[in-house]
Amino acid sequence: MARPTSSHSKPGRTLLLLLALILALGGTMFLQQAFTPKLGLDLAGGTTVTLSPVTQTGAAPPEEILDRAVNIIRDRVNGTGISDAEVAKSGDNIIISIPGVGQSEAIKLVATTAELRFRQVLWMELTQLGQEQLATEAPTPTGSASPGASSSPEASSPASPGASPDATPASPDASPDATPSTTVQPRSMPSRSPAGDQPSASPTGKALSSALTSPVPSQSPTARQGDDRQGDDKQDDKKGDQKGAKASATPTPQPSQDPNAGINTQGVDPAVLKQFHALDCTDPKNRGQGVQDDPNKQYAACEADGSFKYILDVAKVVGTDIDTATSGVQQGSTEWVVQLDFKSKGATEWSKLTSTAFNSQEPRNKVAVVLDGVVITAPNIISPIPGGRAEITGGFDQVSAGELAEQLKYGALPLKFERSSIDTVSSTLGQDQLEGGLVSGIIGLALVVVYCLLYYRGLGIVAVLSLVVASILTYTAVVVLGHNAGFRLSLPHIIGLVVSIGITADSFIVYFERIRDEMKEGRRSLRTAVEVAWVRARRTILIADAVMFIAAVVLYLLAVGGVAGFAFAMGLTTLIDIVVVFMFTKPFIALLARMKFFAKGHPLSGLDAERMSVESAGSGRKTTPQEA
Amino acid sequence: MGLGRRLYRGEIDVDFVGKWRLWYSLSGILLAISIAGLLINGLNLGVEFKGGSVFSWQPKSAVSIEQVRETFLDEGVHQPIVQTAGERYRVTTETLPESTTLEMQNVIAKEYGVAVNEVNIQSIGASWGGEVSTKAWWGLAAFMVAIILYLSMAFEPKMALAAIVALIHDLVITAGIYAWSGFEVTPATLLGFLTILGYSLYDAVVVFDMIKEVTAKLGATSKQTYSMAANDALNHTLIRSLNTSLVAILPVAAILFIGTTVLGAGTLKDLSLALFVGMIVGTYSSICVATPLLVTLKEREPKYQAIARRLASTGGGKGAKGSKGSKSAAVAKG
Repeated sequence: MARPTSSHSKPGRTLLLLLALILALGGTMFLQQAFTPKLGLDLAGGTTVTLSPVTQTGAAPPEEILDRAVNIIRDRVNGTGISDAEVAKSGDNIIISIPGVGQSEAIKLVATTAELRFRQVLWMELTQLGQEQLATEAPTPTGSASPGASSSPEASSPASPGASPDATPASPDASPDATPSTTVQPRSMPSRSPAGDQPSASPTGKALSSALTSPVPSQSPTARQGDDRQGDDKQDDKKGDQKGAKASATPTPQPSQDPNAGINTQGVDPAVLKQFHALDCTDPKNRGQGVQDDPNKQYAACEADGSFKYILDVAKVVGTDIDTATSGVQQGSTEWVVQLDFKSKGATEWSKLTSTAFNSQEPRNKVAVVLDGVVITAPNIISPIPGGRAEITGGFDQVSAGELAEQLKYGALPLKFERSSIDTVSSTLGQDQLEGGLVSGIIGLALVVVYCLLYYRGLGIVAVLSLVVASILTYTAVVVLGHNAGFRLSLPHIIGLVVSIGITADSFIVYFERIRDEMKEGRRSLRTAVEVAWVRARRTILIADAVMFIAAVVLYLLAVGGVAGFAFAMGLTTLIDIVVVFMFTKPFIALLARMKFFAKGHPLSGLDAERMSVESAGSGRKTTPQEA
Repeated sequence: MGLGRRLYRGEIDVDFVGKWRLWYSLSGILLAISIAGLLINGLNLGVEFKGGSVFSWQPKSAVSIEQVRETFLDEGVHQPIVQTAGERYRVTTETLPESTTLEMQNVIAKEYGVAVNEVNIQSIGASWGGEVSTKAWWGLAAFMVAIILYLSMAFEPKMALAAIVALIHDLVITAGIYAWSGFEVTPATLLGFLTILGYSLYDAVVVFDMIKEVTAKLGATSKQTYSMAANDALNHTLIRSLNTSLVAILPVAAILFIGTTVLGAGTLKDLSLALFVGMIVGTYSSICVATPLLVTLKEREPKYQAIARRLASTGGGKGAKGSKGSKSAAVAKG
């Protein structure tokens, strides 16, 4: 029964440490000007869609594929202009949270399967949008006669295939350098120069060739300015010129079309032709929003940036036929290319498709790569490509090549998603739920406070203050987590926090009862009792909190949705409970124990001898404060 | 002296352990009723588990349930279940295809004079519900294993076993109440069940900690059997158990109150109901099930059997099971 020495207990120091912790959290709030927690959609209103992958085997899809899907869906959602939307992975599922209204729109776009198709181009046209782009953009000096998709730019190119049966020598005349195998085809006008590194741009398009047959690419630098429509344009369009790609284009008088006039309608389904005319590529809805295209039907589609619209043949090759797709720099040049490897069946189909295209007239010598129902690129076929390998060249930079490779690869593993759950909460319902949660939290706290004060009197004040400290810590933690770790407070969290009031309060109760035990024996001064009781109570509190924490961690890791949120809140409060009990309650009581009011067992202190019936402890001795 | 005062002073001495037959039969009956309820009625699972679509909105003017049902039937939706929650209407249907869902949203908006985006929709695929339940079961199993391991280390395997049995006892009885009453089981209810797990264990841990401390002193010459010592420990922590339970139930009662009066059916009500029931059962079981069970297990150990035999022969104790407890606060010695 050694008297606690000052080294035993330094309540002041611990309290200062806690103050520093609170100030640090509060300071973070002030620095970030963030004083309210970020609210989840069930409280703020909005739509939550849960997508579950559907795989043929039923097995969980590989992590990286899921990550890619998350990126694509994020692009789609952002592409609609909805701000503040969140796309996150949760286990195998993808959860999309879209605040505010416009949910029907969102529901439509997010879950459609991203599938890749290769379709021969039957017809293509520069759109109004494409013309505007051209008109506003600076003319390229070297704009070698590429007046739009429909005809002349490739006037030369049909010749090239003929001249280059093996694709090896097939340098189209438009291509400035003489290297045989370069596959750059001057296809279309908006040739873009990446980040303005090359002022002059030869209007080069993308082209597909067999990697095997074009071993030495050696592209002249100018070729890099090719029209990377998939990469640059789409990016410009969607993300606001992120990459700083600046468009420079050839000034092209675009032959405006009368319906069907000049269109090679041979073999085109009249219905699709109608769709084609009706298709408005200026409407963002028709670009990049995951329209489900039937691979067995002809299809009218827009280019991702809206500059072209196409009539496309049935899909002869689909994403599942691709084995893998990679991006890299061609040997001996600085040009970024995307390489495709087909599976055996795909290789045969691919070979057939490319020879058909190769033997067709412009613009049917192109094969469009369609992802999500939108043409992401439509390179010329400059030779039939056997052997199951192909390479897409022209105008890529590292980012755009990587992106296309990912899209190709991703499409190669069509991850079908099922909308497992859709939940839209109007802002008024959210408001109601938030208020309900907060009001019940306040009432709950008030009841606990009243009970603690009635039962524990003076000690009750300690309990109340401890709860206040716990509340401050919890609130700041939630705010700071919200602004730095994307933590959004939802109803399950609030419930978890309210329910945890009991856990926090229990720690004090355990400790208080221990102190009273010690006092009851009547042999100890309050100061001693506080220390001895602490040693015993500490163990109980730690074990009990450990149980709660294990529960929280297990639930958090295994559960989905609200349960995980609830578990998170429970884990957080358990930790805060330990902090409060160790850093506030204990040192605070130790300080109080030095006060006469408590040490002498004043009737209102909750530690008076009569109330605790010291006599019944057997020793009959009364608390003797002098001992302290 | 009133009970309250005696409680406050810690002067209660109830022979919880000795009345084990009473508790076991009481719990046995409760369990049997609950299991019967689960088998006969089953749980009324919410759409989150079985799939379905839920529409909820607050009509501008007063409408009848029948009117709302008509609206859905007119649109070709089968068997809509219409509920009211406060002034809000809540209609549950089978899982509707996306197009129908959006159409219904527009129809509701038009007929009841609310903005389209004020119509809340929840649509859950059937397989998703299955996944939620499967994950919940796995979570529960993993949780139990983790707790058994932890308690075996922190205390001892027998205590871990007794705590887990008490836990299952609480869960089954709470589930039984849901089965018999037909209350809907939603993910929020699940949260409630999970919290019960935490509380039930938390309570048992505090009691067992005290039992461990008290029984550690038992030796060949001690005047107490394991039962007596455990009963003393139990009485000793009784105030704390009751205080803790009360303090835990107060916020839950607040949620239940707000959830039912202000919000009507919804997350708060589903959750707090489970909690309210579960906490009361949990408090009971930590005192009347977990400890007697632990005692039953421990009294079979040769060491404690020896003590019981010795005390029985000398008349120092009142039988291995029927401890009346010692009068003094022997617990707090040292």
